[in-house]
Amino acid sequence: MAHEHKLAIFRGTVKFKSNVSKIWGVFIFLSIVTIIEVALGIIRPEFLVDTHFLALKLLNWIFIILTLVKAYYITWDFMHMRDETTGLRRAVIWTGLFLISYLVVLILIEGDYIYEVYKNGFIKFNF
Amino acid sequence: MEATVVKTGTEGTTWGGGNQPLKASYGKMMMWFFILSDALTFSGFLAAYGFSRFKFVDAWPIADEVFTHFPFLHGVDAPMYYVAFMTFILIFSSVTMVLAVDAGHKMQQNKVIFYLFLTIIGGAVFVGSQAWEWATFIKGDYGAIETKGGQIIQFLDKEGERVAIRDFAVAASRDRVEQTGDNGIWYNTEGEYLPSVSYEQVKEGFLANDNLLVRLQYKDEHGHHIILSREESIAKVVNDGQLIVEGANLRHNEYGHPLFANFFFFITGFHGFHVLTGVLINIIVFFNVIIGTYERRGSYEMVEKVGLYWHFVDLVWVFVFTFFYLV
Repeated sequence: MAHEHKLAIFRGTVKFKSNVSKIWGVFIFLSIVTIIEVALGIIRPEFLVDTHFLALKLLNWIFIILTLVKAYYITWDFMHMRDETTGLRRAVIWTGLFLISYLVVLILIEGDYIYEVYKNGFIKFNF
Repeated sequence: MEATVVKTGTEGTTWGGGNQPLKASYGKMMMWFFILSDALTFSGFLAAYGFSRFKFVDAWPIADEVFTHFPFLHGVDAPMYYVAFMTFILIFSSVTMVLAVDAGHKMQQNKVIFYLFLTIIGGAVFVGSQAWEWATFIKGDYGAIETKGGQIIQFLDKEGERVAIRDFAVAASRDRVEQTGDNGIWYNTEGEYLPSVSYEQVKEGFLANDNLLVRLQYKDEHGHHIILSREESIAKVVNDGQLIVEGANLRHNEYGHPLFANFFFFITGFHGFHVLTGVLINIIVFFNVIIGTYERRGSYEMVEKVGLYWHFVDLVWVFVFTFFYLV
């Protein structure tokens, strides 16, 4: 690998002196996020569990967003996506992101629909 | 011999060939696209899990109540601590992997060996932890009754603490006789699934103990499982009870819906298989580094490629962790 590593994370607000120190910095960040997730998972604050947003508990939204944040830093800094060309990055990330969100949205809507039919429907054999 | 090479007149310009617009080697690019397709496979599985969960959203087990064990701590309620530990192991082995890749860029053979070794150890610890997690899940905890409709009912005392069925089931009044082909119908052999106590024993023990209540699979609007009153509990056990379930397998699951166990085995199993192959590939590359293959080749790109795969395994675990244990 001839080309240089980009050493700034958080949109350039945190800069590291070497690639090794960047790796440790990202590791500490990922650890903090994981600790927050586990703490929230054990405490499960009533307010976050009882508030719903777009058919999901607020707590679950927090988990999903934190997971995506972790996925971003694993891909960008551990897998060096930050250092790849724009073309390669988009070929991989956009394809995956589009197909996965398409599938997940359709399938979850369908699952919710079947739940409603089981619960409220009078006709269950041909839905 | 004259080769029929046609000069196009575009040599040295954009369309003349030899360009590498993505500035990545063939192997690395293909590793990326393999990872993309594997990511789609995993998201297919996780989406199927989400589908089944949405379908039975008011009767799905609560992960905090399923995974409550930690090795060497018996009887201690430790929800999720062990999975959190596994997550850290995997993230840390990702760090050592990326340090090995970094050392490879600088052509530092000994550092690559050291960090790859740590990565392999981390992977092995993770696979071992997963095996323990499976064993605990399969063995089960409190046991439950499965109703004729396939629902799981669990037992609590009046304080709301779970009670194991083996603790209140009455002792068998007579010895159990194994059914053999010569004393019954020849095609009706003994079932493979044999719980330690029978439904009759549990029912008798339940009726004798006024302190016991039944908890349903269904949840109220706050996400807690519904607990029946003593009268409703008796009616439920006597009228609907059919089978004793201890632990989890592909047909029965004492923690709740059987689909939960099916997806748990399938998705964590598929991920564990990825970790296992990742460890094997890491070991192969580790020995290649030791014998100096990449030193002679002048490039440690192979470490980088297997590193990509290893990070991907970590990436998938981040999602599995969220959707199985947290959400």
